[in-house]
Amino acid sequence: MQYTIQVNGKAHGLEADPQMPLLWVLRDVLDLKGTKFGCGKSFCGACTVHLNGVPTRSCITPISAVGSASVTTIEAVAATPTGRAVQNAWLAVDVVQCGYCQAGQIMSASALLAKNPKPTDADIDQAMSGNICRCATYSRIRAAIKQAAGLPTVDSRDKFL
Amino acid sequence: MMRTSDNPESRQTSLLSSRRAFLRASLAVGGGLLLDLSIPGVMAAPPDSSPSWATLNAFVEISSDGIVTIISKNPEIGQGIKTMLPMLIAEELDVEWSSVRIEQALSDPARYGAQFAGGSRATPVNWDPLRRVGAAARQMLVSAAAQTWSVPAAECETQSGKVIHPRTKRSLSYGRLASKAASIPPPDLASLPLKDPKDFKIIGKSHPGVDSPLVVTGKPLFGIDVAVPGMLYAVFVKSPVFGGSAVSANLDAIKSQPGIRDAFIVPGVGPFNGLASGVAIVANNWWLANKARDLLEVVWGEGASAAQSSEGFAQRALELSAQAPAAKVTSEGDVVQALATSATQLEAAYSYPFLSHATLEPQNCTAHFKDGKVEIWAPTQNPDAGRKIVAKTLGLTDADITIHMIRCGGGFGRRLQNDYMVEAAWISKQMGAPVKLLWNRQDDVQHDFYRPAGFHFFKAGLNGEGKLQAFKDHFVSFGEGGKAVSSADLGGNEFPAKFVANLELGMSLMPLGVPTGPLRAPGSNGLAFVFQSFIDEIAHAAGIDPLQYRIGLLGERRVVGAFDTGRMIDVLTLAGEKSGWGKRVAPKGSGMGVAFYYSHLGYFAEVVHATVGAGGRVTVDKVWVVGDVGSQIINPTSAENQVQGAALDGIGEALGQAITLANGRVVQSNFDDFPLLRMKQAPPVEVHFLKTDHPPTGLGEPALPPVIPALCNAIFAATGVRIRSLPIDPKLLG
Repeated sequence: MQYTIQVNGKAHGLEADPQMPLLWVLRDVLDLKGTKFGCGKSFCGACTVHLNGVPTRSCITPISAVGSASVTTIEAVAATPTGRAVQNAWLAVDVVQCGYCQAGQIMSASALLAKNPKPTDADIDQAMSGNICRCATYSRIRAAIKQAAGLPTVDSRDKFL
Repeated sequence: MMRTSDNPESRQTSLLSSRRAFLRASLAVGGGLLLDLSIPGVMAAPPDSSPSWATLNAFVEISSDGIVTIISKNPEIGQGIKTMLPMLIAEELDVEWSSVRIEQALSDPARYGAQFAGGSRATPVNWDPLRRVGAAARQMLVSAAAQTWSVPAAECETQSGKVIHPRTKRSLSYGRLASKAASIPPPDLASLPLKDPKDFKIIGKSHPGVDSPLVVTGKPLFGIDVAVPGMLYAVFVKSPVFGGSAVSANLDAIKSQPGIRDAFIVPGVGPFNGLASGVAIVANNWWLANKARDLLEVVWGEGASAAQSSEGFAQRALELSAQAPAAKVTSEGDVVQALATSATQLEAAYSYPFLSHATLEPQNCTAHFKDGKVEIWAPTQNPDAGRKIVAKTLGLTDADITIHMIRCGGGFGRRLQNDYMVEAAWISKQMGAPVKLLWNRQDDVQHDFYRPAGFHFFKAGLNGEGKLQAFKDHFVSFGEGGKAVSSADLGGNEFPAKFVANLELGMSLMPLGVPTGPLRAPGSNGLAFVFQSFIDEIAHAAGIDPLQYRIGLLGERRVVGAFDTGRMIDVLTLAGEKSGWGKRVAPKGSGMGVAFYYSHLGYFAEVVHATVGAGGRVTVDKVWVVGDVGSQIINPTSAENQVQGAALDGIGEALGQAITLANGRVVQSNFDDFPLLRMKQAPPVEVHFLKTDHPPTGLGEPALPPVIPALCNAIFAATGVRIRSLPIDPKLLG
């Protein structure tokens, strides 16, 4: 089938099986390697992209379901001030260990902040628990989200400070 | 040996295509300095000598415009080594970190010495030698300046990329001096003076990961991102029963699917870490190759391993526990007599399951077999071992194989094995084209080299004052012929061995047809749980505070074997202070637990505060970690990140992870049934380092083991229920 999809502000015409997940279209057809394959079943969040701003697991989203939705990947997340702030906070907090999940984390975090500019720790838990970090950089992800939001980075769940 | 280099771009090309040929070259275009230095006491091997030479070469290049390129020799798996090793060189070279560019080495042990990520070894192994590499380069630059100015070298100093002569107020940048420095004989490394640690400018200061800007912008960086012109994509379907072989398959039906280039049976060659038998499907893109598996029908020869099950192993372990251990690990005093005369006797059976590594980046490798040589792009922790397996399996020599070490999306020990590497090389050879092999998640969960399960049957005896006078463990593990399989062994120094007058550690082995291998803190990740939990039982039986009881067991400050009791007493004491141990009153349903463990040369004590709620739901409220890894925390930001990650990794294992076997097959297949820790489960982890006057040691692993017993001990404090089997079963607590 022929499809035209909107990715990072550009229209891309391509030929693909209707079932082909957006993840593999991005990676192997459009050569956008930033979006990662982790589980193939939406359990880990490594493949998270935005569809019209909504964090979406691209590994279970067939190309045929994308339609005219605007797709944003990690390669273009910095196009919005929120996305850029999240990326910068990730570097300032030095979140990364292996880094494999971080594209998905940043996509989920930037979608959260676009909708909810001052999230609580409970909001962060809710929005981010679909993204696994195998290195468990969770404390720093939490701190980076707050830093990007201009909030104090202290963990309000910590009753022992 | 010194060589100058040509311009950076062509240098880059030559490094990638043929580092050895380049190193023999001696070009002065642009004026650069390239150092190739040996380490004291060890001769530099010529470039084409046997890789078994214990040599280490590190490279420093300084361009005429003052950019310093430092080659980082070890695989990056998220432990931060690509940043940390060059920090050691840059410190003694005396340059601004912002002027340093880091380049990943090829796998070339004849040049660099051992290149692997394992055992938390990089810090203790490289701490001294790599600083000397930097100091040698600095000294050559100083000599070049002294010659230029005709002054004694002793009158010259360095300062952030410049040599200065204070008396005449002259200075020259390293970039200006690099070319001349390249003609100066390298100094004797052993006698080189190193900086006083109080003068460190780079070591001990936080430096964010050098590749992080590429990570957060989604640049291709990982093995899965490698692209080679003309590359095909492969999946490799292996027998669900370990060691099984593909007998036949509906290959024609697969080959008729759209986009499929070929499908063929691969014979098994060698042991588990060789080439497994299976069916390769090669396609124009990976999704098509993977999708074709839906139609694949394979007749497998399953073999004897099909009878294995986790349940069967547990049953057999219980039977063996009724017998005397097949082998004695260590024995002190008379444990039988001491148990018989003890005022209080304890007995407990503990167990832990098989575990998968579950790196988030599934196993993958890109290989290009061409004209009897193979070029490999591999996310691997242990490239040279992979080279040897590929050479053996494909009938090549080591020199026929070039390995690019690509950043790994997690390691945790999984990528010490190179099964994916030999699979990719074999499939590329068969196809006559470059091939990217990628496993799907089910392949990854079901074809791991697992942390072996273990079963421990403990007895202990206390005298009337609660002093531990007898301790016995019958460890039922896996192996044959008296030899445990990988990561399933028990050593004679396992605490409290050497700390109890009457003690016996014994082992019995069950044959195993499942691949096993190191998982982060191998051995220790299971042993810490059972030993530090049973010691907690002993402390409670004695009616003594569990932290104080442990300090009592450690006894006098002294060194026992390689174990320094004073260092452990100090981290335990500080963990108690930081966590408010003994001062905090935990609310109902909550409790605090403590444990310590010595592994990978690191001393760690950890306290967990946990709450058990309705239905036995465990919430970890907080973890306090105190570690002693010597005199320096080389890169504090990374060190804290590693320790927090290790502690949370252990909590994830304890809360939910088990690989179970039924009919010789792994039951689990993805993150729904092999759950990794998630954001909402991850507690704050407070990290403190106790700096002591000992050489720095590694941090990737030693913070993991004690967190598991500390958590289980906290659950006991909260509920009175003792967790003796992992993962924690909420039904026991509800």
